[in-house]
Amino acid sequence: MPPIPNGVPESFYLALSAVLFVIGVAGFVFRRNIITVFMCIELMLNAVNLSFVTFANQHKQVEGHLFTFFVMVVAAAEAAVGLAIILTVFKNRTTLNIDEVDSLKN
Amino acid sequence: MGDLLFFGIFALVAVLCAINVVVQKHPISSAISLVGVMASLAVLYLMLGGEFIAMAQIIVYAGAVMVLFVFVIMLLNAGVEVRRGRSWTATILGAPALLGLLGVLACLLARWFPNSPVIKFGDFAGGGARQVGYALFTEYLLPFEVTSVLILIAILGAVVLARKELD
Amino acid sequence: MSPSVIFLIATAIKLGLIAFVLLTAVAYIVWVERKVIAHVQVRMGPSRVGPHGLLQPLADLVKLIAKEGVIPADVNKPLYLAAPLLAVFMALISISVIPFGTSITIMGHTTMMELADVNVGVLVILAVSSLGVYGIALGGWASNSKYSLLGGLRSSAQMISYELPMSLAIAAPLLSAGSLSLRSIVNAQSGSWYGIPHWAIFAFPFPQIFSFIIFMIAAFAETNRIPFDLPEAENELVAGFHVEYSSLGFAAFSTAEYANMVTVCSVATLLFLGGWHPLWPAHWGSDLVAPAIFALAAALCFYHGLNPARPFDRITLPVIGVVFLGCAGLFLVPMLVPILMPLFWFLAKVSFLLFVFIWIRATLPRFRYDQLMSFAWKFLFPVALVNLLITGFLVALFS
Repeated sequence: MPPIPNGVPESFYLALSAVLFVIGVAGFVFRRNIITVFMCIELMLNAVNLSFVTFANQHKQVEGHLFTFFVMVVAAAEAAVGLAIILTVFKNRTTLNIDEVDSLKN
Repeated sequence: MGDLLFFGIFALVAVLCAINVVVQKHPISSAISLVGVMASLAVLYLMLGGEFIAMAQIIVYAGAVMVLFVFVIMLLNAGVEVRRGRSWTATILGAPALLGLLGVLACLLARWFPNSPVIKFGDFAGGGARQVGYALFTEYLLPFEVTSVLILIAILGAVVLARKELD
Repeated sequence: MSPSVIFLIATAIKLGLIAFVLLTAVAYIVWVERKVIAHVQVRMGPSRVGPHGLLQPLADLVKLIAKEGVIPADVNKPLYLAAPLLAVFMALISISVIPFGTSITIMGHTTMMELADVNVGVLVILAVSSLGVYGIALGGWASNSKYSLLGGLRSSAQMISYELPMSLAIAAPLLSAGSLSLRSIVNAQSGSWYGIPHWAIFAFPFPQIFSFIIFMIAAFAETNRIPFDLPEAENELVAGFHVEYSSLGFAAFSTAEYANMVTVCSVATLLFLGGWHPLWPAHWGSDLVAPAIFALAAALCFYHGLNPARPFDRITLPVIGVVFLGCAGLFLVPMLVPILMPLFWFLAKVSFLLFVFIWIRATLPRFRYDQLMSFAWKFLFPVALVNLLITGFLVALFS
């Protein structure tokens, strides 16, 4: 039984980030409702933010926090435009199921 | 010891809420679970010394972006998701395959970072508002201004997309 | 005992005290509001339950708890039950970073008069008020009713629209204070210049009076008070987002609204009115203001007790007068003055701002929803932005 460390090993944070990212990917691939797919994208971005902050702590530099800040800003802009697009698609098709938006298919 | 306990609690909450995001049928329950993920991640950022980023996460992400999601779900009156045409093979093999991949990932991480540095609460004091603000406005001023322009473009795009067509 | 055990005990005692005082204050703010609005409208207000209606909040509480809690059909039950809890939770959390005074030293152990002195205290308050939108939005949606959905959506849209001018108005005094910790902001407002206190609204280089006004207007909208309370007015939209809630759910939303009022007034006091610093310096006699006010109140009670309007007032008014004299005497004890005077000034300022909230509710009509939203986006937000720019420019020029 290894000795209990006096803090949290950094690999725990990275493992948590990886787990959250994989759960986001699973949701992105398997869900059919477009809003849920969008939320899984946000989950993936959050997992990456956790990695950035962990590495900022490891190297004792603030740049990791800055990258997190920029990721948050880009995610907010993307959420705004993406949801506007979803609203427009819903107005035209009255469905939120991405399997049914397939009029470009053969 | 306290650090490990807090990390364990909030990591567990984050993972459970994340699984809930993917598993729930109604989008509003997924949205609330995602807010839970973001809140527990904010606590983890606090433990990593990122006090400004933790608060920015709650103010911007959990308090504005997710409110936008909740608004859209309420306005569109999105109902529960109807599943059809799902092959049983994918469902039965999917979850164990996922767990297996996660296990491989965890083993690889443990092997590559055997002596990873231990993070104690309070050993990184450079994440406060003063340090982040200073770096943002001196060394990283160009990306900061570019993201402002990006937000402006997003606002214009959203306004154009969401307004009524003038017939 | 080790310092961490002492810290835990002190925090537990402070937590219990602050929670008790806050919840009692929220209940009695309702009584004060009803009495003040009644006297503005030349009537009496609650006067039957207990002397001068002082037990009315207790009666209301008993009534609300004993009522049958009707859950409408086809609601989303987890969200319906969780929404008022979320609203109350967020409203009560923000009190934890608000400092009430200087430090107390008991038996050699010094503790600050606040629950947590966080480095980013102002951001915590903004974060919690951002999360408070969820209680209202989810409460409105989960009630499965058109009126509550519209009321919930309107109220949430109003709250997030007014968060922007509020944040900009908060950012302006931060520029001169130079810190995000609420205690440091108040400490930067100490002292006075020839009798004018260094409060933020009198600050050099740019008096933050405009930020104060913008913050108060945005605070009215954030707490859904008149003149911005269209989404929850009783005669519009059938009371909006809390129409389907009865008994404890309604009590929870009501508690959340008044606790939000207390929080917002406390933040205004800390950021703009100098927190616990007196109006004129202590060596010019401002320590005697508190006993003077209480003695005046006691004298009024004794005077009206001599020719009372109601027969039982012959007993109750002198008793209240004696209680006020006791409080006045408490403020003259030299050992308690350093603890009680800052607390008195802080509570006096917060009470004044709460009285302004109630006064405006008794006086002004409410805005229409589109007037409210265009006021936020087309007037208040640009004004707050210009105010922040001017403040930043002047602070940079004179530093």
